[in-house]
Amino acid sequence: MSMTGSTSGNDNRGIRELGAEEKVGWDEVTQGVTLNSFVGESENAAFLKVEERVYNDFNSYTATVASWRIIKPVYNRDICIDCQNCWVWCPDTSIISRDKQMLGIDYDHCKGCGVCVEVCPTNPKSLLMFGEQEDNDEALAAWPSKEKN
Amino acid sequence: MAKEFELNEVEVWDGNYAASQALRQAQIDVVAAYPITPSTPIVEGYGGYVANGYVDGEFVMVESEHAAMSGCIGASASGGRVSTATSSQGFALMVEVLYQASGMRLPIVLNVVNRALASPLNVRGDHSDMYLGRDSGWIQLDAFNAQEAYDLPLCAFKIAENLDVRLPVMVHQDGFTTSHKAQNVYPLKDNVAYEFVGDFVPVDEMLDFSRPVTHGAQTEEDWHYEHKAKQHKALMDSRPIIDQTFAEFKKLTGREYKRVETYMMEDAEVALVLLGSSVESAVLAAKQLREEEGIKAGVIAPRCFRPFPYDLVREALDVSSLKVVCCMDKSAPGGALGALFNEISAAAYTTNSRPLISNYIYGLGGRDFAIDEAKRIFKEQKAHADAGHITTNIQQFSGLRGPKLGFYETRRS
Repeated sequence: MSMTGSTSGNDNRGIRELGAEEKVGWDEVTQGVTLNSFVGESENAAFLKVEERVYNDFNSYTATVASWRIIKPVYNRDICIDCQNCWVWCPDTSIISRDKQMLGIDYDHCKGCGVCVEVCPTNPKSLLMFGEQEDNDEALAAWPSKEKN
Repeated sequence: MAKEFELNEVEVWDGNYAASQALRQAQIDVVAAYPITPSTPIVEGYGGYVANGYVDGEFVMVESEHAAMSGCIGASASGGRVSTATSSQGFALMVEVLYQASGMRLPIVLNVVNRALASPLNVRGDHSDMYLGRDSGWIQLDAFNAQEAYDLPLCAFKIAENLDVRLPVMVHQDGFTTSHKAQNVYPLKDNVAYEFVGDFVPVDEMLDFSRPVTHGAQTEEDWHYEHKAKQHKALMDSRPIIDQTFAEFKKLTGREYKRVETYMMEDAEVALVLLGSSVESAVLAAKQLREEEGIKAGVIAPRCFRPFPYDLVREALDVSSLKVVCCMDKSAPGGALGALFNEISAAAYTTNSRPLISNYIYGLGGRDFAIDEAKRIFKEQKAHADAGHITTNIQQFSGLRGPKLGFYETRRS
């Protein structure tokens, strides 16, 4: 469950592989394939940060799909200007930002599409795609310098 | 608060108007509809009741029957009592969504005014659309006349919404012969009808913001099978709840319904099995034959088409005097023997009586089926009984112009 920008100690994000949940029999499945997002009452869920919500086992928040990815975005805090462009454009809400400050990438749900890199306006970019197996620290050490026209 | 609708003890209503009054009395929250002949007056009627303050609800005009049932699903999942009506091509367009409604376990009531399927295009009544829905996971009830087109929707809501059922229900009636034929109907008073149906009890409703819920989730090979098995069990287990609802309705009105209606079967030697408005013609023919020619004729009519009443059909067939049964299918069989023939035969095979069984296709596209033809068919069954085997083709066609058409001969002698 690798991630940068950890948000909280008891967060249950990506705690299991997708599909690794307990397989119950026909008599125990929910009626009508209904899936409750949260455990118990959760009237104020909209006002809580994701890591403060008690997500149900069937919510994809608790599943990791990291294995689907073959290339990954790496985030460089030294260059980022916290413009939030990547947060706005990410199709899988996998950019973690708090109080308009970019914290990092949710590697449990990021599919490696590269949209965040495309929309990053800095020079050099604050997000770049690397192979899934490459080490993030090595990637940061090899970061390109500013391009001059 | 909706206004009370003043009703006489006896009204002269056609099947469509009767069904629309039942929807009003059940105080439907949402009707999403794309009206189609011959079911149009049902949703038109509901729209009028909304406009005139006789029901607190929403009439949603949509762009197709696919959208109509989709709208019903959304409204039902949100926590409302929901209904609509359709026929034929509209029903066919709805089919994709019908499976969603039953799989999602939403207690929607769909009034289906049975009409032939094109091509050739035809607005008259046969059972093609009803047959098209038979694997959709819905409960299917069949009204034979206007009174039943009023009574059965009231029962349908109570069955569908029962917490042990939670499945959608279709109430069928025959296009024109029932939907447009004015007959005496004994309605209940508004408060009595509503009390019978009861308040709607939502389950996992999407408008409960304290428990956000996903409806219509995707499941692949690891979950789908279990959900379908659970759904099938709910459909099979709805049988005693349908019986119980009919019993409560009888207590209230004196009108008795059974999942399989039987007429003069106690000592019958020959029987017709059929659905819809033809049942009354067949019963009349059987009575006349008993008086005129002493033929012990009986009629079996599945009131509940799905779940198929295998249990009660076998009971109806297990009469020691019974020798021959003719199953009459009012739907083009598409390269097989009729569906009713196949299902009744399967049930009969595990009874002691094991009657001879043959099949008639009849009434396609609204072709008239009257008492004389019913009597002719009864007499033909009597000839099978006397010979001890089926003397004609197993599948024949009633009321068809041109050379005699038939398929397959018996291998029993």
